[in-house]
Amino acid sequence: MMLNQFLILSAFLFCTGIYGVLARRNGVLVLMSVELMLNAVNINLVAFSAFRASVEGQVFALFVITIAAAEVGIGLAIVLLIYRNSRNSDLDNIDQLKG
Amino acid sequence: MLAEYNAVVPDVAFWIIAVAMGLAAIRVVTTKNIVHAALYLVVVLAGAAALYILLTAEFVGWVQVLVYIGAVVILFLFGIMLTRAPRTDTDLDNNQRWAAAIVALFFMGVLIVLLVDAFGAKHIVLDDNLQASGRLTADFVKHGHNGQVVRPTVGSAIFQQYVLPFEAISMLLLAALVGAVALARRD
Amino acid sequence: MIDYAWVIPLVPAISFVLILFFGKRMKYKGAEIGIAAVGASFVMACIVAGQWIAKFHHAPETGVKAVTHAGLWWQNGGQKITAGIQIDGLAAMMMFVVTLISLLVHIYSTAYMHDDRRYTYYFAALSLFTASMLLLVVADNTLLMLCGWELVGLCSFMLIGHWWEEEPNSNAALKAFFTTRTGDVGLLIGVVLTWFMVKAATGRGSFNIVAVNKAALGGKVSHTLVLVCASGLLIAIIGKSGQFPLHTWLPDAMAGPTPVSALIHAATMVVAGVYLGARLYGIFWSGFSIGHGGVNVMAAIGGITIIIGAVLAFVQRDIKKVLAYSTISQLGYMVMALGVGAWTAAIFHLFTHAFFKALLFLGAGSVSHSGSHHSFDMKEDMGGLRKYMPQTFTTFVIGAIALAGIFPLAGFWSKDEILVTANQGSYDVFLYVGLVGAFLTAAYMTRCVYLTFFGEYRGHGHPHESPPAITVPLWILAFFAVVAGILNAPHVDLFKKWINPSSVVGRTVDPELIHHIFARFTEPTFDTTAATISVLIALVGIAIGALYYFGDKGPHGLTQRSGAAKVGYTFLENKYYLDHLYTDVIVGGVKGPIANASYWVNQHVIDGVVNGAGKGTSLLANFTYDVLDRKVVDGAINETANATGWVGGRFRGLQSGKVQQYALVLFGAVGLASFVLALVYVVS
Repeated sequence: MMLNQFLILSAFLFCTGIYGVLARRNGVLVLMSVELMLNAVNINLVAFSAFRASVEGQVFALFVITIAAAEVGIGLAIVLLIYRNSRNSDLDNIDQLKG
Repeated sequence: MLAEYNAVVPDVAFWIIAVAMGLAAIRVVTTKNIVHAALYLVVVLAGAAALYILLTAEFVGWVQVLVYIGAVVILFLFGIMLTRAPRTDTDLDNNQRWAAAIVALFFMGVLIVLLVDAFGAKHIVLDDNLQASGRLTADFVKHGHNGQVVRPTVGSAIFQQYVLPFEAISMLLLAALVGAVALARRD
Repeated sequence: MIDYAWVIPLVPAISFVLILFFGKRMKYKGAEIGIAAVGASFVMACIVAGQWIAKFHHAPETGVKAVTHAGLWWQNGGQKITAGIQIDGLAAMMMFVVTLISLLVHIYSTAYMHDDRRYTYYFAALSLFTASMLLLVVADNTLLMLCGWELVGLCSFMLIGHWWEEEPNSNAALKAFFTTRTGDVGLLIGVVLTWFMVKAATGRGSFNIVAVNKAALGGKVSHTLVLVCASGLLIAIIGKSGQFPLHTWLPDAMAGPTPVSALIHAATMVVAGVYLGARLYGIFWSGFSIGHGGVNVMAAIGGITIIIGAVLAFVQRDIKKVLAYSTISQLGYMVMALGVGAWTAAIFHLFTHAFFKALLFLGAGSVSHSGSHHSFDMKEDMGGLRKYMPQTFTTFVIGAIALAGIFPLAGFWSKDEILVTANQGSYDVFLYVGLVGAFLTAAYMTRCVYLTFFGEYRGHGHPHESPPAITVPLWILAFFAVVAGILNAPHVDLFKKWINPSSVVGRTVDPELIHHIFARFTEPTFDTTAATISVLIALVGIAIGALYYFGDKGPHGLTQRSGAAKVGYTFLENKYYLDHLYTDVIVGGVKGPIANASYWVNQHVIDGVVNGAGKGTSLLANFTYDVLDRKVVDGAINETANATGWVGGRFRGLQSGKVQQYALVLFGAVGLASFVLALVYVVS
């Protein structure tokens, strides 16, 4: 197997994630797109781990999975707060920082 | 013959998984139904788990299944229900869709050019040849009874060399737990 | 036992957890666990002290080595960080003082805090407080000391704000926390630098106290590094030990329960700073060139603190605040003593001060508990309590005399030693500062005793003597306040044999470093003249105070009659306006006073200049107005303003407040940047 087939798949997933983060209006969907990006990173890590025949990549993939779980927890709590304050979870409404 | 077989099967499996993942990923960010998005996300996550197993990272693969598909997706579904997101087809995108698409495609273009340039001819050599290649990280090589090299395990790496980051992450999880409760509770 | 001294902080730490989890279900709501744990620690501390003293019986002339044990704490990046204990005379003495006073405070609190709504929580916090201070004391490296130091700060925050339902109390707790935290920045810098100091001296970094002191004294490290490190640590001491100008938190900390004040002032919180100074004395010694006489920052800050603290104690109505300012002043003595090279004297004063200050605070608590109906106001609610509370009165007066430094009580010996060292170590200025401080101390304590115990009872309660749980600790402390000073009296000289400055390098005498330290460490000889003078000065202070208050002599009503005196009084009542400086000027921002000042300057100075000049040049002005101003300058200014407004209007759209739009720009920019980098990479 080529190393690049994994890396390019990962790049594709990452960019899909970027598109989702930028274009989706709903907070939950934005978080899902972030998960896509994190998974892309993990595929990279595991692919390099296999390529270099060392376990470090896998260890860090595990760390990333853990952090992603924490991130989803906090992120959903924030989305929930947004929903409670504005009765929907659209990120468009959150523009109090408008200059 | 067998070696050839071994070389082809993973490739075929990869391409099936990759195409499924790519399509599902596109659907995650384009579907008009938010519940469907979550279900497509499951496909992507499961595909990633399959790729890990393909790359002989079985442990990471199963953790991916347990944590992501088992917990994170459920969290998402809870989030969808708690925020009373519309379950029917609605326009879920904001008005910068085209700009976002351009940025993402541009990004991908740059990445692919760089990747092809950097790793164009590199192959992944899997398990069987590891011992012969002699590239095992010396720290984790253990010798069995008769001196043969035993494949290092993820567990010993986490609990030996990376025990401090591991503990730090456990603190982070605790903080996230407390933080999520503090943020989300009604008072 | 001395090899297992780490058990001493461990026991109260365990007690903290036990009280927290099981305290409420116990018969005495957790107090018994705390008392048992601290009692056990006290017994162990006595054994350790005994074993340390026993070492001197068979000691060769080169001295006794500190007992050290260390294990691997953690390692990262190939650097091994160890943690362990270093038990020497200083640590043994501190453990004895901390556990003794903590034990007495525990016992006292069972009566004083009776029926408190957070009784169990209070005892848990006391246990943790004791444990943290003991950790700081036994620590053999600066990093572990930092842990103990921060824990002490946290616990004092918890206890000062014990009655947080009332806003002043929680504000006081926050103030204590933030003010000491300001100093802790210095500590953090200092601790980090200790590592590099050892690295510069030996090639291998370490936080070990002995190694740090040796590195600082050894002369291989650049003086700038040592000076910066010493300055950082001095800032930490200023914050923690209530030195000028960060002393403002200490009087406010009186918001906590009185036994906590006793603990904070005598044994745990504020002496942590002085202890740090003594432990890492090598750094200060060579950083501030203490051996060379003259004036250095450390001694100067101590000296200033002595005077401002003592003066402020005169205008307080609250008995606890008198004692708080007295503590500030006495801590000034200790820091000044460290600054003039009187290491032993500073530690000795810490030792004796612990007893009589704890005694005075617990006495004040007893007065408020049983005499003045939970008030601390000497002018409104006290007076004449001598008749009702004879035991509290007797012990309080013993404490006051000891504090004033009257022969032969504890305070006399330790204060005298500081003054003598300042005198004999060519620090004459500080001798006079110390003498003035002694005079003021004697006088304000006379005022305090008079207002509390003499005259007519002015309160509205039914004063009576306190229960034994309060009076017994008072008597024990009174005993120590009387006899503790004898330990270092001339011809006894036990204290300076057991505890002396060489412990900074791990043993009593280190041949390698002897000429660095001891050549200029003046171990003072007792000087009868100086001692007589200091006692006389204190007696004069008492006499003047007594004449003024008891005999009703002297210029009474001065503040009503004399404008200058009134201004001075107001100045003192407002604590030199330091709090105003911090909250109104520094924290409150520049808008108030500075804006007013600039308005004034505008109105008076600039307008005046403009008016004067304006008249003379109005002809010329009229001419230039039309040509130059209107057309050239105004035009330029207007155009600039228009252009700025136009650019602002364009860019305003970017600040939409929409996160995703920001993210779009972010990713676009990153993409472009990587594209450019890739281009450069491909081309080259």
